[in-house]
Amino acid sequence: MTSSLLFNITTFAYLVSMLCFFVHLASRNEHIGTAGSYTAFGGLLVQTVAILLRWKESYDLGMGHAPLSNLYESVVFFSWTIVLVFAFVDFKFRYRVIGAFVIPFALLGMAWGQLGLDSGIQPLVPALQSNWLIYHVITCFLGYAAFAVACGISIMYLLVTRTGLEEEKTRKGFLSMFPPSSILDEINYRAIMVGFPLLTLGIVTGAIWANYAWGTYWSWDPKETWSLIVWFVYAAFLHARFTRGWVGRRAAWLSITGFAATIFCYLGVNLLLSGLHSYGGN
Amino acid sequence: MSHPYHSWGKALIDFFASLRLTISLFIILSITSIFGTVIPQGDIPHEYLHGISQTKLKIYESLNLFDMYHAWWFIGILVLFTINLFVCSARRIPHVWRYISSPLTVLDESVLSGLNCRLLIPLNGARIQNAKLQELIKKKFGTSIVTEIDSAVHLFSERTVISRLSVYVTHLSIVIIFIGSIIGSLFGYKGYVMITEGGMVSTVQTKSGKTVDLGFSLRCEDFSVNLYPNGSPKEFKSILTVVDKGGAAVRGFTRVPVIVNDPLTYAGLTFYQSSYGKNGNHSFSVSSNDGKSSQIILVPNQEVGRLPDGSLIRVTESTPDVSQYIPGKQGAAAQVEIQPANGGQGRSSVIFANHPDENVRNALQSGGPVIGYNGISGEKEYTGLQVTKDPGVWVVWIGCILLILGIYGAFLMSHRRIWIRITDVDITVAGHASKNQAAFTKTFEELADAVRKQISEEA
Repeated sequence: MTSSLLFNITTFAYLVSMLCFFVHLASRNEHIGTAGSYTAFGGLLVQTVAILLRWKESYDLGMGHAPLSNLYESVVFFSWTIVLVFAFVDFKFRYRVIGAFVIPFALLGMAWGQLGLDSGIQPLVPALQSNWLIYHVITCFLGYAAFAVACGISIMYLLVTRTGLEEEKTRKGFLSMFPPSSILDEINYRAIMVGFPLLTLGIVTGAIWANYAWGTYWSWDPKETWSLIVWFVYAAFLHARFTRGWVGRRAAWLSITGFAATIFCYLGVNLLLSGLHSYGGN
Repeated sequence: MSHPYHSWGKALIDFFASLRLTISLFIILSITSIFGTVIPQGDIPHEYLHGISQTKLKIYESLNLFDMYHAWWFIGILVLFTINLFVCSARRIPHVWRYISSPLTVLDESVLSGLNCRLLIPLNGARIQNAKLQELIKKKFGTSIVTEIDSAVHLFSERTVISRLSVYVTHLSIVIIFIGSIIGSLFGYKGYVMITEGGMVSTVQTKSGKTVDLGFSLRCEDFSVNLYPNGSPKEFKSILTVVDKGGAAVRGFTRVPVIVNDPLTYAGLTFYQSSYGKNGNHSFSVSSNDGKSSQIILVPNQEVGRLPDGSLIRVTESTPDVSQYIPGKQGAAAQVEIQPANGGQGRSSVIFANHPDENVRNALQSGGPVIGYNGISGEKEYTGLQVTKDPGVWVVWIGCILLILGIYGAFLMSHRRIWIRITDVDITVAGHASKNQAAFTKTFEELADAVRKQISEEA
């Protein structure tokens, strides 16, 4: 049994899960929705084992490091955190249909990792040889995952409130499966309320590490600046909750903008711009 | 409106305290910050400056976009942001402080009308002991304050009232981080030293171009690079010794290994492994255009030299044996970049020691002088260390800790209050939570059930 095989099983599980959720949306069959959730949880379990196994495999190869060191490993971990956060939301709010808008992010990550990226275990470059790597990456990606879930929820919110009419009258077809818009708004807010402290921790651990490794806690490197941009967008979102005129669809758009900035911070900076994190690229 | 001055001042304070200003500033900050990630900052490559139009260059320079995070307008936005969070906090803190120091312990009608969680239980002649009710509250909400007014008894209990302050802790923490960074930029510096193996330095070149005396000397005993089996770098290691003014090695700071992610700190200064390379002088023979005379020029490794015609020359790579890179050629060779003195297009070429014909062909192609390579002399490995003095860094860390505690409190802690009013005829249970209403409603219902059960037992 190798981690690579388990990652393939994980990807397949997320694909099946996503299809279940789509069928659930179309057919309104509760059992298929439940199957979608449980397939995702199964995938999460397999992926957890796979990540631990890959960690062990790196020791067997004499390199010994946490599987958080390159683009492939980070995208796999990102998928893992998205499904983890989805599992929490699913247990807490019990709206299966949310899976149809969240699991695709996880599947996209896994599929890209498995098909498009070099999955070889690489030795750790000197710059990354620090325990701060683990704290920094885990906090950042848990935050990103919460934002991914918030983004999926916001898309649902925009779909539900699209017509601007009273919801009950316009909820036909697959929209009838959606939670009420007030609940979507609430989950969106709650997800960002969890993601924001995690992002803050991620930025702070990054600053501590940078200071320890390079002697500068903040150097306006593009990655740092973009993480701050993401922080600003969600800070605006959270403050907007207290003002009239910035709730509802505007808040949903702000949440989607925040996630777009998050993705640019994670991928765009590595692939398009240069800086201290460029070793994360490929 | 008899005091226009006051209303004008109030309008100004309203503006600075407004949440709309906060949201606008967040959006302005996020959009403007993008510029600095797409426009190069600091040392701008020549190719970039040549690639953009004069108008663009003028606009960029006038707005200081090549160092935008230190530009007056960006600092100005940050100052406005600081004023905003300061004024809005200062304005709300007295109110919040009253909330904390003098809680509403009496459940009168005005308090009750503002609460969502409330329940009236008729006693129907049953009597209930306050102590029993206090016992019930104690489990989830702690000891309660008892007030007796007009023959009614009010029990009040609250949890994590301190979370009401967390917003202001967060705001304060940002100001503290700013203060820390200002202390760092006023009283600290960043610099760089290059120490050849066996060599010693006692001064450091700061980023702003000043030379600072360290007050001690630093010797590089050894520098080494370890590689993984696949050839990628595993470890860059300098062995450093601190030497005091009298020339003696300082105890505890002798032969200290410094690697990436493990710096050396001494006397408020921290030395970080940041680069390495080889010192020495590359020697080139440059023939005059008529080919009759030739001149030797020396170009320090990693630095820029000048050819007789004023062109700048820099060695990007050199090797004592070129055959592994270019099959069929032997001997030493250097890859150089030449920037003509007249500001024309720079070029890159390989100059050989053993292939003068290639060097001539090269010269004909480029139109420059014929240059030959004589190899490198005085070659020695050096280690490059980043040097930082930052007395403000601890202030920044205190700010960061407060920031995390503040944000945790603001989003993940809820101020929960519970009241029970007991009269001769009924009991009113009421509650309020600043966050997570759903979870609180559940707790509230559990408490209400317990109270009901208690009453039926007493009856």
